[in-house]
Amino acid sequence: MENKTLNQSRRRFLTTAATVVGGFGAAAATVPFVSNMSPSAKTKAIGAPVEVDISKLEPGGRLIEKWQGKPIWILRRTNEMLQDISSLNDKLSDPQSDNSAQPDYAKNEFRALKEEFLVVIGICTHLGCSPSFVLKEDGESISSDWMGGFFCPCHGSRFDLAGRVFKGVPAPNNLVIPPYKFISDTRLLIGEDTEEVDG
Amino acid sequence: MAKSKGTFVNVLVGARDWVDARFPLMKIWNEHLAKYYAPKNFNFWYFFGAFALLVLGIQVVTGIWLTMNYKPSAEEAFASVEYIMRDVEWGWLIRYMHSTGASAFFIVIYLHMFRALLYGSYKKPRELLWLSGMALYLLLMGEAFFGYLLPWGQMSYWGAQVIISLFGALPIIGEDLSLWIRGDFVVSDVTLNRFFALHVIAFPLLILGLVGFHILALHEVGSNNPDGIDIKKNKNADGIPVDGIPFHPYYTVKDLMGAVVFLIFFFAVVFFTPEMKIPGTQGLFLESANFIQANPLQTPEHIAPVWYFTPFYAILRAVPSQLGGVIAMGLAVNLFLLLPWLDRSPVRSFRYRGRNYRIALALFVISFIVLGWLGLQVVTPVYTWMSRFFTVIYFLFFLLMPFYTALDKDKTVPDRVTN
Repeated sequence: MENKTLNQSRRRFLTTAATVVGGFGAAAATVPFVSNMSPSAKTKAIGAPVEVDISKLEPGGRLIEKWQGKPIWILRRTNEMLQDISSLNDKLSDPQSDNSAQPDYAKNEFRALKEEFLVVIGICTHLGCSPSFVLKEDGESISSDWMGGFFCPCHGSRFDLAGRVFKGVPAPNNLVIPPYKFISDTRLLIGEDTEEVDG
Repeated sequence: MAKSKGTFVNVLVGARDWVDARFPLMKIWNEHLAKYYAPKNFNFWYFFGAFALLVLGIQVVTGIWLTMNYKPSAEEAFASVEYIMRDVEWGWLIRYMHSTGASAFFIVIYLHMFRALLYGSYKKPRELLWLSGMALYLLLMGEAFFGYLLPWGQMSYWGAQVIISLFGALPIIGEDLSLWIRGDFVVSDVTLNRFFALHVIAFPLLILGLVGFHILALHEVGSNNPDGIDIKKNKNADGIPVDGIPFHPYYTVKDLMGAVVFLIFFFAVVFFTPEMKIPGTQGLFLESANFIQANPLQTPEHIAPVWYFTPFYAILRAVPSQLGGVIAMGLAVNLFLLLPWLDRSPVRSFRYRGRNYRIALALFVISFIVLGWLGLQVVTPVYTWMSRFFTVIYFLFFLLMPFYTALDKDKTVPDRVTN
């Protein structure tokens, strides 16, 4: 009888120990399978910077480029557009871009290195659609006081010509500004900036 | 002649007995078919379980054949689907059967679930049956979502982009989670390749396994019926329920007849309107924007999910906050899981329930259908307010259920099934 109790407690200990060790082993075995689905080395490498020639971009015009598979818009803003941007602050949910993503050098009124050129990732911060570029004169269906900007066809989010989000739309933040720098007056490098080079 | 036939039958019987001595063939046959006693009062609504199995079969077979010519890469996927449609012998038929099958699956499953709501089939002792059915429904949604990316059209691409971004809205882990799901910074070749793996291997295996579980759970507790009566309480001297009939041959033959009618409708769609382009829509089963190859730089003017996701999509859009919308959408799908515990009525079938449940169920069905329609429309302020109104009704059906079912003036349930 005594012998039997001894065996049982020993057996319970061995079962528990085997379960715990085996459980850790099984949990550890999931690591390669879960990590396998993260971006591969090759996928990460494709995010290399892209050089863009902006010499042919007219005032008021927009270029679409691709960086990291994402659409990058380069908008050359006219003086009128810049004035319109300045007049919109109280209609926007984050006019100072405090809660939005951009490099420090683009955290200003026009969200740009040079006010004339807006460089922005053309993906809505709501659920990832790419908004349409709608000029001031084409925006009657969007709102009567449309000053030009970007309109997302998926869920109706609206952004101004600095990529700042309007109040009362589903998108929570302003459009994201990628790191970029001017190599010359007519050439842009998207995906890399001077800070990174210095650092 | 007669003698040789007799010999042939003898050979068959001998073969059966040979197997039976080594495998529980007759035991399975009897337990699940010949001596599985189902209530004798099954009506129209009891066809949909068998139909779901039939559509599953169609999807598995057509899916295997599609895989023979499809190429799961961003470069080749769109062209390989066109190749299947134009150049592969009978490819158009197999592909249209598969695409129609996807929508048919959801029609059948929604009606199958509605049946459970009508007759209280989720109530004790069928909670596990209900939960396994709900798990199947969730797996089916995943399977359909993965499959929709494969043609690599504009809707495939931007639909996947939006749905994956839903996960990105979750706090803290969101960004990393959506990156992990895509395996890339945007929906790309990497994403397409893994969705293919999930669509043709992982989820079908899970679904088939769970269908087995679902049927075993059903046969353990027995089928419910339109009267919601427990037929096992009333057995004859042989231990057979007096209101039960053997599933085979009675319901096998009945379901076979139902399958013929179902297939007539199914192939009418396959042959005449596989896109289901009814006026005012972009095509309910195959959306017109999906006949344009995916372009990661441009979202189509009007995007909407396929019809079977639109009620939940309308709920997502109704909530004026990103995270709130995602949570509401998740809840809308998953609240069904709680039905067995939210429903406090002792009566199963709506036939013997009071006014409360009947009204609540009718309002719920209306709100589900209206939300489904709203989810297909372009957002306008009026539609947004309508979505909000019906979203509230949708949720009240579940949240108030413990109260209105407990207070309901139920009728007396008869002892025997009615005809």
